[in-house]
Amino acid sequence: MNAQAPALRDPRLNRPEPFASPLGDGGFFQRDRAMHPPAHAPGYKSSVLRSPRQALLSLENSVSEITGPVFGHNDLGPLDNDLIRNYAKDGDPVGERIIVHGRVLDETGRGVPNTLVEFWQANAGGRYRHKKDTYLAPIDPNFGGCGRALTDDTGYYYFRTVKPGPYPWRNYVNSWRPAHIHFSVFGSGFAQRLITQMYFEGDPLIPVCPILTTIPDKDALDRLVAPLDLNASTPFDSLAYRFDIVLRGQRSTYFENRTAGN
Amino acid sequence: MPQPLNYLKETASQTAGPYVHIGLIPAMAGFDIFEKNFSNVLVTPNTQGERIVLEGKVLDGSGSPLRDVLLEIWQANAAGRYNHPADRSAGAPDQDFRGWGRGGSDFDSGLVTFETIKPGAIIDKMGRKCAPHVNVWIVARGINIGLNTRLYFSDEEAANAADPVLNLIEQSARRATLIAKRTERAGKVVYSFTINLQGPEETVFFDV
Repeated sequence: MNAQAPALRDPRLNRPEPFASPLGDGGFFQRDRAMHPPAHAPGYKSSVLRSPRQALLSLENSVSEITGPVFGHNDLGPLDNDLIRNYAKDGDPVGERIIVHGRVLDETGRGVPNTLVEFWQANAGGRYRHKKDTYLAPIDPNFGGCGRALTDDTGYYYFRTVKPGPYPWRNYVNSWRPAHIHFSVFGSGFAQRLITQMYFEGDPLIPVCPILTTIPDKDALDRLVAPLDLNASTPFDSLAYRFDIVLRGQRSTYFENRTAGN
Repeated sequence: MPQPLNYLKETASQTAGPYVHIGLIPAMAGFDIFEKNFSNVLVTPNTQGERIVLEGKVLDGSGSPLRDVLLEIWQANAAGRYNHPADRSAGAPDQDFRGWGRGGSDFDSGLVTFETIKPGAIIDKMGRKCAPHVNVWIVARGINIGLNTRLYFSDEEAANAADPVLNLIEQSARRATLIAKRTERAGKVVYSFTINLQGPEETVFFDV
């Protein structure tokens, strides 16, 4: 057991010997919780009984946090990123066809390669294919509502789907969710694990949604709103929306003797 | 004005609910879509280590089990090594153990189970031995940002007493909220846990 302070290290070299970088322990940048919704947000009623009240214990990243599951193409099927085809039974799903694309980046602006992105959503009528969803909008026999993709070497991902519909929910008596797609992202370490939602530019329900307005920072909220991207659309076929996702930055870590991300 | 740092900001978290199963465990939502599904079974016949079942529930501030919660676990193999290139510790890799699992709670009982192996002790970057533990991440409707905690094992008393993370918990009584209790049932080793989101037994959650 050695409690001595480590020697000062040269930030340019990023080598473990003789000067391992101070940016070389693989820990993630401290999460800025002012960008995130607080656990206890009474306007979103479900959070009231489900929010811890004790202070979180601050934990310096160890190998348990800087590592995380590794996924590969073997985990995915060929239609996983095509929600128009991956549950089609006897035709196309009903709704406005869209492409969603973007990059998974970290806080230093680097693409996060080979990371798993999963997404799920209601159908064009605002109904989820879930045995607990009883909203009166019809189930679409040709639409499952979920998919997944691996980012490429630059962190880029894309998928095709139909635009989800808004739907009512039991928060206030007359609460409605804006159209949205849920995203789950892994990153390279378990401490980067993130679930978020993408919203659509111009949706009038955005400013009145009790879930979306739990985010205290207006810029952080705006970054969840995907703009229309006509350049990426397919003429006479699909509109496109661009959605970049930022995960926590990381001090350099070493993969098989090669410095990652420098 | 000094130079701008130009860091990007992390994307804001949003709740996973109400129907997190659709995307992440669609079989629980009531339909079959993917050729390959992720699951709560981490072991294959070739995985090294002692087979265990982790079984528990997450309780809200009223003491009711969350019946729509999703847990992910991440753990080292039986030799104390994570299946990830950033773990360069001495423990031997096990190609037959990814170390990650995902499970939803039963819609009636609220029980979440994992079939896995007991992890080995890991060595932290200060060279200290850490008690065997499983990292847990919790999302559900009403949880605005995923919660991080750990499970330790009740039959590792000496290792737990020396564990640097458990010892960070100033209120020693709260350390017990992270200990899963070992029992044997029908020939299986079961570690039971309860995660309390609020109340006098509130689980210790981490800002990692």
